[in-house]
Parts: sequence; structure tokens; C-alpha cells
Amino acid sequence: MTTLLDVRDVSKRFTMGGIFGRKTVDAVMDASFSLSAENPEIFTIIGESGSGKTTLARMILGLEDPSEGEILFRGKRVSRYGGRAEKLAFMSQVQPVFQNPFEAFNPLKKVERYLESTARRFLQTSDRAAIDRAMDEALQKVGLSLKEVRGRFPHEMSGGQLQRCAIARALIPNPPLLIADEPVSMVDASLRMSIVNLLKSLRDDLKVSVIYITHDLATAYYISNRLIIMQRGRIVEMGDARTVLDNPQHPYSKLLKASVLSTDDAGDGKLATDPEMVKAAGDLVGQAGKLVTKPDGREVRVYAGV
Amino acid sequence: MFAVFRDLIRYNVEFAIGLVLVGIMVIFASLSFFSPVDPSMIYMAIPDQPPSAQYWFGTNSRGQELFWQLSAAFKNSLIFGITVAVLSRIISITVGLAAGYLGGWVDRVLMFINDIFVAVPIFPILVLFYFVLRNNMDSFTMALILACFGWPFDARLIRSVALGLKHREFTRHAVFAGMSTRKVLLEEHLPYVMPIVFSTFMNNMLWSIGMEVTLAVLGFTNINNPTIGTVLYWANSHSAMVVGVWWWIVIPVILIVMTFLGLFLLAVSMNEYIDPRSRLRRMGA
Amino acid sequence: MAEDIVKVEGLKAYYQMNYFGVSREVRAVDGITMTVRKGEVYGIAGESSSGKTSFIKVLAAAIRPPLKVVEGSVKFDFKNGPIDVATATPKQIEAVRWKHLSYIMQGSMSVLNPVRRIGRTFHDFASRPMGLTGKAFEDRVIAHLARLKLPPDVLKAYPHELSGGMRQRVTIGLATVCHPEFIIADEPTTALDVVVQKEVLSLIRDIQKEMNAAVVFVTHDMSVHANVADRVGIIYAGRLVEEGPTRDMFFAPKHPYTAHLVASLPRIGDVKQRPALEGRPPNLADPPQGCRFHPRCPLAVDKCRQDVPPMEQVGPDHRTACWRWQDVKPLVGASAPSGVMA
Repeated sequence: MTTLLDVRDVSKRFTMGGIFGRKTVDAVMDASFSLSAENPEIFTIIGESGSGKTTLARMILGLEDPSEGEILFRGKRVSRYGGRAEKLAFMSQVQPVFQNPFEAFNPLKKVERYLESTARRFLQTSDRAAIDRAMDEALQKVGLSLKEVRGRFPHEMSGGQLQRCAIARALIPNPPLLIADEPVSMVDASLRMSIVNLLKSLRDDLKVSVIYITHDLATAYYISNRLIIMQRGRIVEMGDARTVLDNPQHPYSKLLKASVLSTDDAGDGKLATDPEMVKAAGDLVGQAGKLVTKPDGREVRVYAGV
Repeated sequence: MFAVFRDLIRYNVEFAIGLVLVGIMVIFASLSFFSPVDPSMIYMAIPDQPPSAQYWFGTNSRGQELFWQLSAAFKNSLIFGITVAVLSRIISITVGLAAGYLGGWVDRVLMFINDIFVAVPIFPILVLFYFVLRNNMDSFTMALILACFGWPFDARLIRSVALGLKHREFTRHAVFAGMSTRKVLLEEHLPYVMPIVFSTFMNNMLWSIGMEVTLAVLGFTNINNPTIGTVLYWANSHSAMVVGVWWWIVIPVILIVMTFLGLFLLAVSMNEYIDPRSRLRRMGA
Repeated sequence: MAEDIVKVEGLKAYYQMNYFGVSREVRAVDGITMTVRKGEVYGIAGESSSGKTSFIKVLAAAIRPPLKVVEGSVKFDFKNGPIDVATATPKQIEAVRWKHLSYIMQGSMSVLNPVRRIGRTFHDFASRPMGLTGKAFEDRVIAHLARLKLPPDVLKAYPHELSGGMRQRVTIGLATVCHPEFIIADEPTTALDVVVQKEVLSLIRDIQKEMNAAVVFVTHDMSVHANVADRVGIIYAGRLVEEGPTRDMFFAPKHPYTAHLVASLPRIGDVKQRPALEGRPPNLADPPQGCRFHPRCPLAVDKCRQDVPPMEQVGPDHRTACWRWQDVKPLVGASAPSGVMA
């Protein structure tokens, strides 16, 4: 079994402020996990704002360098620096899907422009027919076609269609890994599931691994194989998605699950969160603790004296 | 292109007025290509004649027909202003976009140079150049020098917009679509700074023509080359107002006001048209 | 049954624009009739560009060009007398704003002036409508903040010194300090994290009950509606397509669009394939004929393509605009958990 992505003890520290009052913020602390090349999976990173999930994604995409630790992609170190050829080679393997599809396309430019550029660069061809074929194939994979997309501007399409175009574009170089940072949070409710289902079919039919970053436990449960839950830069629980979410063990995971708004008792107006739970989770912020493997395979952060 | 023009004229009064004013001035200036007299020659006509059917704008104390004199002067000054504006726009776009997008040390170095150019007083430097170059100081050399000093404020303005664009998601999307830095800057970011480029183009022309007038009036340019500045220089040295040759001053001033007003109106209305927000609205977003 | 606080009748509000000869008319609100009762939470759901934002702009009496009320009325029945905000003068609107009609907005940062202390903002908004100044005013504000579990110190703080949840609680305090009868909450929790979101929602619910105010709660998130609203109205392409008690909307929807919205919500503990709704929301500048949902509707028949379905009473308090409402079945995953619907 070979590893596709190996995140080893990665930390990221940002320094804020100027000459006075220099402050350091630990965005990510000691994160480790790996994805295998043979078993494509949807690996979910769950966290609220400030949990470090986006920083972690940026490091995997090579947009940010870890302060400590290293990220290996197919045994090669991911780095911000390096020549253009090296970067293009990396980008053909790991592609991002952005949060807001309306932001991800320049509103003044045609949608196909991004697909075309991707095909031209990564397939290294300038043959019109070959580029068109690559674009159409990629769009077919997401349930669109070049005919529908050609000549359209972003505002002429719905958020769901645009997000699919963005995913199609990412698929052109046939990357084994996609990094999707909150890909549905800006997409309308009626179109959201089509994107989520698409991610699922990418894994099942095209064997693409997806790192799915979200704050939404329900979609995470719906599509992911494994997940990690992050609290203020630390992984607090990691394991099989169903195992963890059916019965979370870390106080923070429990709090998150309890905070999910359920539609089962619609109209009953039950909203109160147990304050004990909030306190239990909040008290653990800043404590190091360590990840311990449980019998059911998951890892949970435990703390000395708790 | 034609449709754009038609829409602008039909729906934008400012544009129509500006177009008429600038159109008149451009036609007037280009008439000098067909000038029957050489504008650098003197005493070709009876001096000090007021405007009449024979001499439309009158003649000056040096025996030149003001109509042809001014036509040549406006041609030279407009070309001069456009040259300075185009050259300095190229520098400010390059520096501004690159500094904003690349950031880091590139940004620091470019902005350091930028600030030096902001701080250096331009007028003494121009005078210095005049003393060194003397008769080699033609208007193209002067345009080059002015262009070198006319970009820093606008580069900073463009940089501030580029800084915001850098963090838009479509920029990162373009990078992961394999676009080169040049392509990102020129095709993704440039449309967003075009309104700034347009309005500063106008300001820059105004500034450079004004600079040329100042230098010329003081006699620090090649005074035999007809420009708006040198026309005023000769009028001043012949005390035109005092001896009653008022048309030598009044007519050029009216024409200058017309030119600048026209350019200003054009810039404002075109700006509204190329502004990304207004473009998107017309596209139906 | 409680009295109505607002009666909206046949409301049509359009955007009329003209750019360089490209003139456009966007029918953002196209014939909405509904009422909100005193003391209830009415949830409005709709996607982006469905017209829900324009609709609440009219409700909030913030009608500014290019938005224009073309037809219909929005009649409020406040303690100080009735008012139709669609035709009222700015002066009349000024008299009810904040004291009787207030709103909680989405971005707390845009309401709170970043360079003013919270106390100043309270003074700016509420001092005049309440008719109080100085110590008396401050005491009232502090007492009100205590209800929201906010310490009096927040009045001395600047907005950026507070956390997102605190700021949102401050804006709720700001909206409720004058004890208005009608509050519009526009996506008040969208930008918040899940844990904080739940706190804020229960706070809104509590204070609404305590003051017996009517709240119109706008969000695209159906799971929020499930937990805060008494009744839910669904807006699609500028029209109200279904309205009913929250429970019925979730467990017995009578419009295919509602059925889809509800069915597409994933739940923890359930991995059944969720259906996705294809197609795109219609362009309001050029909406489809007949029922506006028909191009995406699995039940559409010829009649739907030609005639606009009227609002029909389909149960107690439950109305829907669908020709085939009798055929609408709750979709996969939308059924109530066992034992609840027995």
C-alpha cells in the first residue's frame, strides 16, 4: 500500500502585529494523518472558524509552508517554493475546489476560460480539438457539457452549475486528490445536494480522493469515509466518520453534534444547549493532551488528570 | 465597437459634449498637417492684426498667423501629453499590479523606488536637464523625463486595488488553472484597474501639459517649437495684453479650456462605462 | 386565533433599471399575499435571488430606488395606529421605525459602527424612539442587556473587541431594546458557528416569547426554520409557493419544491441517497410562464406550463400554490422518525 498524502506532525504558527505587541497564533498544532493511494476516500476535516481547517488545507495545497513538520505528496515534500515546472507538476496532481463559486470565476470573463487554460497547461497541447475534447469530457463527468457552458458568463449560471464547472476544471488534469474547502456553503439549498452527490460519485466512479473541509456534520456524515474534528488548531477526534459521529467521545465533538439543528422535532422549538457541555468543551482549549487510539479504531485526545 | 459608441452618445450627455469638444480640438490640431505656412517662420504676415475674415484668429507681433500657429501648438502639446500619459500609465500599471500581486520583497523594493520618485522635486530636475541638454532638449526627451516622474502616485493607487484582487478567489482559481503571472495580471486584474487608469490618464495629460506650459513660459524649453507653452511665452515676452493684442492670449486660453473640459467629460463618462460594476449590470448580472 | 400584525396583499415590487439603454425590469416580488400574526415567528425561506430579500426590504419599509412597489399593500397594525408602508411618507415611517418595527441584520459588523463604543450606538438608535436620555436611558439599556445575558461592560467596548456571538447578541439587544411589536431577522445566524448559532437562536426565541413580539425570520437554512419558526412560508421566484405550520411543512409538504428542500437535508445517522434538484432557479427578469417551478418540477404537466396555480387552502392554516398538490408525497428521508407520526 502506498500513501498518496502524508501529513506528519504539521504545525503552523502565524506572527501578527508589528514592532509593538507581537503576537503569535498557533493555527494548527501537531496534525498528522495520511491518505492511501489505492483506496480513494472522502476525508473530512470538521471545525468551526478559527479551528485551523482552512490553514491546514492551504498547507496541503502548497500555499503556505508548515512551521514544523512536513507534508509529503507521493513521497515528495510539498513546498511553497520551487520552480514553475515543479509547481505545475504538483498542481496537476492536487487541485482545489473553492468555497464560493461566484467568487471563483472572474465575473467579467467567460467561464470556459479557466477550463481552457487548465487543459492547455496541464495537457500540454495547443490543439483546439484536443482542448475542446478534454473540456467536454471533464464537463460530462459533472453532468454538464461544453455546449451548455461555452460562451456563458458566471452570472448566467446558477451557483450549483458554476460549482460543477469549477469541479470539472479541477478534474481536467486527472488529479488523484481534490481539496474542497466548504464547497457547498455558498450554494443554494436546492442545488447543494447535487454537489455533495457529485463529490461522492467522484470517489466511487472516478477514484478521486477528496479532502472535504466543512463545519456541517450532517453532510460530513453523509459522504465521508474518515474524518477529523479540529478544535482551535488541535485534532481532538479522528476516525471512521460513522463511528465518530454516531457516538462522539471528545467533549467538543459531543458539543458539535448536540449543536446540529435537527429537523426531526420540527416545530417543537427545542433549542437549549446544555451549558455543562459548552463548559466542558471550552475548558479543554489550550490543553495539549494526546491522541489515544480506542478499541474501535478511532483516536481521541485525552488529557492528563481528566 | 460602433455599438458602444452609439450607446454612449445616445445615453450619456457628458460623453456627447466631451466628444464634440475633443473632436473639434483634434480636427483643429490635425489641420496643421496641411498648414500652408511653416509655423516656425516669422514675419510671414502683417503683425498685430485682429481676428478677421482673412486671419481668423488674427496675427501676432511676430508676424505669424495665430490660426496656423495654434493649430501646430495644439498638435504638439496634445501629442506631448498623450506620450507622457501613455508612457507613465505603462509604468504605473506594471509597478502597481506587480507590487500588489507579488507582494513580499518585490513589493517592498518597488514601493521604495516609488516613494523616492514621490519625494524628489520634479521642477528643479527638469530645469537641470534643460541646462545640461540645451538644444538637444526636444519635446520627446521632455516627455520621457516627465513620464519617469508621472507614475508613482498612480502606481500606489493601482497597487491598493491589486492588493484586494490578490485575495479574491478567482485569482487563486486562475493560478490553479495554470495561468502565468503575466496572464493573471493582464487578463484577470487589469480590467478592474482600468477605471483608475482612465481617470489618471486624463489627470496626467493635464499635469504634463501644465508642466510644459510652466517651463515654456519661463523659457526653459526649445522656444522655437510651437506648443501651448511657447505661444504663451512669446505673447508674454511681447507684452501682448499691454499693447492690446488680446487675441494672442485669450484665444489660446479658450482653446485650452475647451480641450481640458472635453477630455475631462470623456474620461468621466468612459469611466462609468468601463467600470466593472456597470459592465456587469449591462451584461444583465 | 391571534390578530394580525401585518397584512400583505397582492404585493408586487419590481426593480426598474436603465443602463446605457439596456433597460431591465426585475420582478423581485410578484404578487405575494400573506399575514403575520401577533406574537408568532414566521419563517421565510428562499434561495438567493428568489426575491426574499426584496420582500423583506418592503416589509422593513426600506423601499429605495431602483426597488419600487408597483401594486398591493403592506398594512401594519401597530399600537399607535395602522400604517401601510407601501404608501407611507418617510415621516410616518420614521415614527414607527425601531419603536414598533425593527430588524436584526446579517452582518453584525455592518450595523455596529466600528469606531464607536457600543453604548454610543445604542444611544444613536434607541434614545429618541424611547424618549429617554442620560441615566434613565442607560439603566433601561443595562436592564435589557442583562436579559440577553450580556454584562453592562459591553456598552464601553468597541465592536471588534467582542466575539462574533457576542456581537450578534448586541445587535439583537439593539433591535429589541425599544420592545418593538414586529422584528425582521434577516439571516441573523448565517455567519456564526454551529455552537454559537444555536445559542443565538434560542436567545431570539426566548426574547420573542417574553416580549410577545412578532418575528419574521428569514434564512435559506431549513433546519433553522425547523427549530425557530411557528409557521414557514416558502418563496420561489418572487412568489409565495407554500405556507403552513412548521410541522406540516416538514412532514407533509404540499408543494414539490418544499418537499425537495426538506428531503435534501442530510441527517446524522442516515446515509440514504439524498435526491438533488436539477436545473437552476429562474431569472426574475424573464421568468417562465405558468407555474414558475415547472421547469424543475418532477410532477409538471401541461397545465403547469400554461396557468399560474392559485394559492389554495389545503389544511388548517396550510396553503399551497400547486396544481398537483394532492400528488405531492414526502420524499425519501423526510418522513418523521418512527413513533412521532403515529
